[in-house]
Amino acid sequence: MMLHDFAFDIAHMLAGALVLLSLMMLYQDRLYALINVLALHALVLAMSVAWQAWVHDAPHLYITAGIALVFKAIVIPMALRRMVFRLRVHREIETVVGTGLTMLAAIALIALSLEVMLPVTAGVDPVSREDIALALSVVLIGLLMMVTRHNAVSQVAGFMSLENGIVLAATGAQGMPLVVEISVAFSVLIAFIIIGIFLFRIRERFDTVDVEALDAFRGERK
Amino acid sequence: MTVVMVLWCCLALLLLAVAAALGGRRAFSGPRVYGGTAIICLVAFVAALTGTYGALVLPIGLPWLGAHFSVDRLAAVFLALIDLGGGGAALYAIGYGRHEHAPRRVLPFFPAFIAGMNLVVIANDAYTFLFAWEVMSLASWALVMSDNRAADSQRAGVVYLIMATFSALTLLLAFGLLAAPHGSYAFADMRGGTLPGWRSGLVLALALIGAGSKAGLMPLHAWLPLAHPAAPSHVSALMSGVMTKVAIYAFIRIVFDLLGPSVWWWAVPVLTAGGAAAVLGVLHALMERDLKRLLAYSTIENVGIVFIGLGLALAFRANAMPDAAALALSAALFHAFNHMLFKSVLFFGAGSVLVATGERNIERLGGLIRVMPISAACMLVACMAISGLPPLNGFASEWLTFQTILVSPRLPQWGLRLLVPTVGTLLALAAALAAACFVRAYGIAWLGRPRSACVETAHETDRYSLAAMGIFAALCVLAGLFPSLLINGLSAAVQQLVGSRLPSETGLAWLSIEPMADRSTSYNGFMVFTFLMIAALVGWLAVRILGSRAVRRARLWDCGYPDLGPSSQYSAAGYAQPIRRVFGPLVFHSSETVVMPPPGDLAPASIRKRTHDLAWEMLYEPVCDAVLALAELFNRVQFFTIRRYLSFVFLALVGLLLALTLWQ
Repeated sequence: MMLHDFAFDIAHMLAGALVLLSLMMLYQDRLYALINVLALHALVLAMSVAWQAWVHDAPHLYITAGIALVFKAIVIPMALRRMVFRLRVHREIETVVGTGLTMLAAIALIALSLEVMLPVTAGVDPVSREDIALALSVVLIGLLMMVTRHNAVSQVAGFMSLENGIVLAATGAQGMPLVVEISVAFSVLIAFIIIGIFLFRIRERFDTVDVEALDAFRGERK
Repeated sequence: MTVVMVLWCCLALLLLAVAAALGGRRAFSGPRVYGGTAIICLVAFVAALTGTYGALVLPIGLPWLGAHFSVDRLAAVFLALIDLGGGGAALYAIGYGRHEHAPRRVLPFFPAFIAGMNLVVIANDAYTFLFAWEVMSLASWALVMSDNRAADSQRAGVVYLIMATFSALTLLLAFGLLAAPHGSYAFADMRGGTLPGWRSGLVLALALIGAGSKAGLMPLHAWLPLAHPAAPSHVSALMSGVMTKVAIYAFIRIVFDLLGPSVWWWAVPVLTAGGAAAVLGVLHALMERDLKRLLAYSTIENVGIVFIGLGLALAFRANAMPDAAALALSAALFHAFNHMLFKSVLFFGAGSVLVATGERNIERLGGLIRVMPISAACMLVACMAISGLPPLNGFASEWLTFQTILVSPRLPQWGLRLLVPTVGTLLALAAALAAACFVRAYGIAWLGRPRSACVETAHETDRYSLAAMGIFAALCVLAGLFPSLLINGLSAAVQQLVGSRLPSETGLAWLSIEPMADRSTSYNGFMVFTFLMIAALVGWLAVRILGSRAVRRARLWDCGYPDLGPSSQYSAAGYAQPIRRVFGPLVFHSSETVVMPPPGDLAPASIRKRTHDLAWEMLYEPVCDAVLALAELFNRVQFFTIRRYLSFVFLALVGLLLALTLWQ
């Protein structure tokens, strides 16, 4: 019983840390800092998944954790960093739309997801129960980030953190089939590559990675 | 078994359609395709008449459902109607089709259209039914659009497509409500269930709207006078004569067969819509100058008469009066069959006139009886039949409908006892106006002197067209002289639907019909015919014997006008004017203004008349405006930025989650 409580507390703490990191991402106005937080986000995700694997004695989750660690915490942040450097936007300071307001919205989203998930999952194993609620808030904050940011690179970061939330939810629900996990990981990787290529094309054409420039190019209202 | 035979015929028709679309121009020329269609229709017609009833499931369509087909007594009646009409139209088209501008736009769809109508009638589950219904709609839409250069056809095509989609949608909803508890869409399973009151009422409303808009009931008729005339004439004949009957079949199948026991108030909307369609349809027809549009409006009138019969049948069935219900339903089915016969002849004739003169406007015709004597004779028979003159078939079926109305005082509900005589008055009015309408059409176009040069160069139409018109005109006469044979033919279907049938008529002396069980009324078409013939003979002999043979030549009294040109004849607009003045302010909101030139101006004075199509202005235009306004509103969404779309997704997600927390 003691061990169970301890396992629960650790899982809860890691999931909570993910939410905290998502909140941190919201107010990062420098791209390098944002990428660092994203890497930390993925690292905590990997730890959380690994912890779940150990607690539930589900070895295939270790693979998920490995994918998260290798790709999301190391490869993708490094690639993003290179990209930011080569796009020469590493010195840009992004104007984040009203930090305070965004943070308040994010807190409201966390409250909403807890309010939604806790009654729905009543009677489920408490470990996964809390996890799912927190995972939903990570997903929502990721979306919020994609909505509020102008810079394409920070939108990518938002997308990556959103995907982390999905993985957290999936591992919380006793894990999904390995094939699905691997394919999700690959699809994220491929999406990352494609987004990267597009970023360079956009950059070539418009001299900026601010997506507003695209709207101006369409010749339409903002 | 009939169903197998009909399925083979449908397959043959569809293959013919594919071959006509893909095959060589020479190998699948017009006469061959139409000839093949006519033969296949004849086979299906014989199969429908002589076959056996039965059902069949084919492993095609939805995997868990399959395709159910069956031919029961009701389906057999409509199969015979469709294939007779389809065969006649195909025979007519062997000759008429030679004059088409773009035969390749018509040939593939014509057999497919007939196959679609056959499939609707033999379908035995909702999915197959709706599929066949759509085949029918789309094939006929393609035929309407065959002359796509004309702006009229384009407009007709768009309106028709929208209305066809709408009618399919309402039928889909009706079948959805009818679906058996475990979601089975086979008709056999639907029959067992009984729906609670409001749901069965809703099914009735949906069936009335869905089938009624296809059949042309007011106020859902708007597409019909546009689409029927826009198609080539043999297709117009099919659409008016046959496709409206398929819609009537759909209504009968849903309301009489699948929906279970009737409730008395169901008769109210059906009777009202039928009465309105009968009177308004014929009034519109009377105002029309375009011959084919006139015929299309007259179709609306006849569909109204059929629906009056169906409404009466519902009322009697709900009150457990099976004999009266059998009478009403026999009248409706009989009239549907008759309308197929004479409306086909009329459209064939209109097509022949169009080919011979290039004119559809009756104001520019006249004196056609001299250049096209045989067609004129056939048209005369059809005009008399549709006007309800004895001894032709139109009289027989309208007489049966009136007999049914005369039984209505036996109904227990006061509402119906008041409504039915009103509808009877409307029916009588419609019959009288129909006679006026066809006196006008025939008198202006076929009699008198030519109003334009195009008539003088006209010539009699080809022999295939004449054969088709002659056969159908002869059938009109036969059905009028011996209605008892047809009523007996319908009695099996009537028995199936209302549990009773008219007393067997064939055993009676002199082939008369006595529809009531107490034998209080009777009608004998053959006797009427004989008396008419004898009277005519006596009159002729009297003139010959008593009249003077001396020939006296004198100048015509010219009423003071020395030069009586063709334009001094009675015009179509002039003939319709008294009726327009009586009904116009109410029905068309019509107004007349005399425009006088200012003093000193030598311009002639003119009279301007304006008529409005109220159904169009009050029902369709508001809906169109609303749709356009909504489209304009949504058009902005087209031009948002990616980020804003993303915000919409985000807000929608948050909104749904909020709804979830609030509602659980």
